[in-house]
Amino acid sequence: MDLIWQGIREAFGLIFGFDAEVWRISLLSLRISGSATLISLVLGVSAGTALALTRFPGRRILVSLVNTGMGLPPVVVGLFVTIFLWRNGPLGVLGLLYTPAAMIIAQSVIATPIVTGISLAAIQQLPPKLRLQILALGATRWQMVRLLLREARLPLLAAVMAGFGGVISEVGASIMVGGNVKGLTRVLTTATVMETGRGNFDIAIALSVILLLLTFAVNYLLTRIQQRERPR
Amino acid sequence: MNAEGALLEVRGLRIRRGGVDLLDIPALAVAPGETLSLIGPNGSGKSTLLLGLSGIERPAAGELFFRAQPVPAGSAALEYRRRVAMVFQEPLLFDATVFENVAAGLRLRGLGKEQIVKRVGENLEHFRIAHLCGRSARTLSGGEAQRTSLARALAVAPEVLLLDEPFAALDPQSREGLIEDLAHTLRETGTTTIFATHDRAEALRLADRVAVLEGGRLRQVGSAEEVFRRPADAFVAAFVGVENLLPVTLRSAAPATGMLAQLGEALLEIGAAAAGMQSGSVGLLCIRPEDVVLSASGTEAAAGNHFPGRVASVIPQGLLSRVTIDCGVPIVAAASGHVVRELALAAGCAVRVALRPADLYVIPRV
Amino acid sequence: MKKILSAVFALFAAALLVTAPGSAQEKVLILATTTSTQDTGLLDVLVPAFEKQSGLMVKTIAVGSGQAMTMGQKGEADVLLVHSPDAEKKFMDEGFGTTRRIVMHNDFVIVGPAADPAKIKGMNSAAEALKAIPAGGGTFISRGDNSGTHSKEKALWKAAGVAAEGQKWYQQTGLGMGQTLNVASEKGFYTLADRGTYLAMKKTLALEILVEGEKSLLNVYHVIEVSQAKWPKVNAAGAKSFADFMVTAETQKTIGGFGVEKFGSPLFVPDAGKPE
Repeated sequence: MDLIWQGIREAFGLIFGFDAEVWRISLLSLRISGSATLISLVLGVSAGTALALTRFPGRRILVSLVNTGMGLPPVVVGLFVTIFLWRNGPLGVLGLLYTPAAMIIAQSVIATPIVTGISLAAIQQLPPKLRLQILALGATRWQMVRLLLREARLPLLAAVMAGFGGVISEVGASIMVGGNVKGLTRVLTTATVMETGRGNFDIAIALSVILLLLTFAVNYLLTRIQQRERPR
Repeated sequence: MNAEGALLEVRGLRIRRGGVDLLDIPALAVAPGETLSLIGPNGSGKSTLLLGLSGIERPAAGELFFRAQPVPAGSAALEYRRRVAMVFQEPLLFDATVFENVAAGLRLRGLGKEQIVKRVGENLEHFRIAHLCGRSARTLSGGEAQRTSLARALAVAPEVLLLDEPFAALDPQSREGLIEDLAHTLRETGTTTIFATHDRAEALRLADRVAVLEGGRLRQVGSAEEVFRRPADAFVAAFVGVENLLPVTLRSAAPATGMLAQLGEALLEIGAAAAGMQSGSVGLLCIRPEDVVLSASGTEAAAGNHFPGRVASVIPQGLLSRVTIDCGVPIVAAASGHVVRELALAAGCAVRVALRPADLYVIPRV
Repeated sequence: MKKILSAVFALFAAALLVTAPGSAQEKVLILATTTSTQDTGLLDVLVPAFEKQSGLMVKTIAVGSGQAMTMGQKGEADVLLVHSPDAEKKFMDEGFGTTRRIVMHNDFVIVGPAADPAKIKGMNSAAEALKAIPAGGGTFISRGDNSGTHSKEKALWKAAGVAAEGQKWYQQTGLGMGQTLNVASEKGFYTLADRGTYLAMKKTLALEILVEGEKSLLNVYHVIEVSQAKWPKVNAAGAKSFADFMVTAETQKTIGGFGVEKFGSPLFVPDAGKPE
């Protein structure tokens, strides 16, 4: 228990003492997971909406794949992305392994099915005739999609939070494709694993606390947007 | 009706879904400014027809003409779709304020802020919901929400307004007020309206013409008077509330001598018969319950068809009572509470039944 | 609200640009080494010095020894700093490396609970100590991850003539040195550790050094340049640069002095140029 208190004290010391390394890896965590969340937001909401509004043969299989993808083990994603990005692998010419970009790619792969699945459900739970009513007011197809997305904004924001939560906390894939290289691909989660492995529990706990605070802050902001004061 | 000068016209319209024909309408025309009511049982295709007329549902065959111009299908129909508005049984409001909801159609068309404020204000007034302007749509009652939905549709000043059973989900009081306000607004703006309903009273009250649908086909189209009093066949007759369909034989078809039909032993003077029927044709006599005149037994009535009967049952149904009378054949009458009390109608008592010839119509028995 | 969202998006878009890849291959050197090496902290001193001097960006990928060797075999690393002599010799024999030079050594120690139920403290023979552990009712925990430490451990069991694998008193974590020490400390097991990691973690461990100093417990580090012949993408020039750096007098001096401040005694003994 003392260890945890010490870790919390250490955490605040590191934050407010502007420890350069800690700030750097915290910002990197935010940048990488934020970028991945943004990418998954664009891809996921588009795919989820398309799946919800269209009918085509094989649609149900695709939906099952999306739902399976929501539970995809991140380490599996990490392994496959590593194999693809190896210097001598199929995409090796891109030179992406052990870079932040590789981590963004892996995290996007992890988050996109989550955002897709929740977006799909979000659109599907709108009243079925709403689509017709919007068209009956003279909307083009794109206007209709925009209005439907606005109507489903509550669960859609939940999707964003789920996607972000899934990747900011991710460590297996991040270590594999990032390599935990100091100053380049070391983020809060990978640094925590490393410090734990070295036996530096106080630093590890401090980093964990910072990670929790970061995640809370982002989710607080998103929740404010989601639950913003409605008109009376 | 003559298709010349029609605002909206369908020709050979067929709509299929899942391999099943939902609608098959060879011809239907709507005149500018008229209110057409679509009536029919559930699943008869009323909603499908409305969706087809709105330009949203793509027909398998047939064409839609607006102001004599063919309406293209698919995304090119946008221009037409923006001249038509539709309201459904559920309000289907957006999660926003009443103002935002009513302004929605105007925003879609890219109107300027001043225009929007003006039009929204007007329509909120028409439907008496100006005081709800800033309220969230989630807090509205059923009646208020449906008013908002109607205001939203009329704000875009549509040339055709389509309504799919818009009052079905409302309580009687809300419904009353809203029908009044809607009728008033439609009269003022002269909007051509097509509305689906399974409430005959609504149809009678608001419509210039009535179209009866069954199984995706038109059974009869005509003025309310025509459809309700001179139904095309037994189905339409039963649907429009002709509860008495009595087998008769036409005895005289000549208007000069007065048309006569034989009901059992009695020879009744009738008003008219369906075209093509001749003396000797077998048919069904249509008598609306509200057209059956009851008087105390023993009184002598004026000329016309009258005969004695015995009351079999008196069942109160809201404002009227359904009185079944045995006159050799069972006849159902709709009697007001006043009549029931005056004649002390009760099972077993004797009563006199009178039928005015003008109220009697014979249709072919198929 | 919309403005805040747009601002946030703009920020992230900018961030994306900043983290885009772009470094040319020659400026990057991939150094594959072991977690135990990284955990000593020595590389945190040596690598920045090398980067400054050479202008290269070194990506230190710390994994298990087995994985480091495999990375070399697959041409996914340019230079290796490892300590599994048998695997290294095989690596060189199979032509995956161009040169292999000795850099330094530290030693392994057998650690265990202070109570020492198997009474191995102070024994002069690692083999004897290992035999004594099961005899005395103790439990031995191994890394079991094909790392250099694990290879050394297996060699010691073999030398002792004990078939440890599968025995009830022999457990494996499959994890790094630090974590294995934590488990041993928690449960009162015996284990084999490199002195460096043990010293670095000493303050949080309930373990003591029981057997040390014996010749078979030496842990020798070599730097191996990966052959460009097999994998053209290997940064051979950079690898040579790094390998040369590791054996210069200055670096060797740094190695020799590392750890004195923190632990009172150096963690490593510089060996460049010495015979095996």
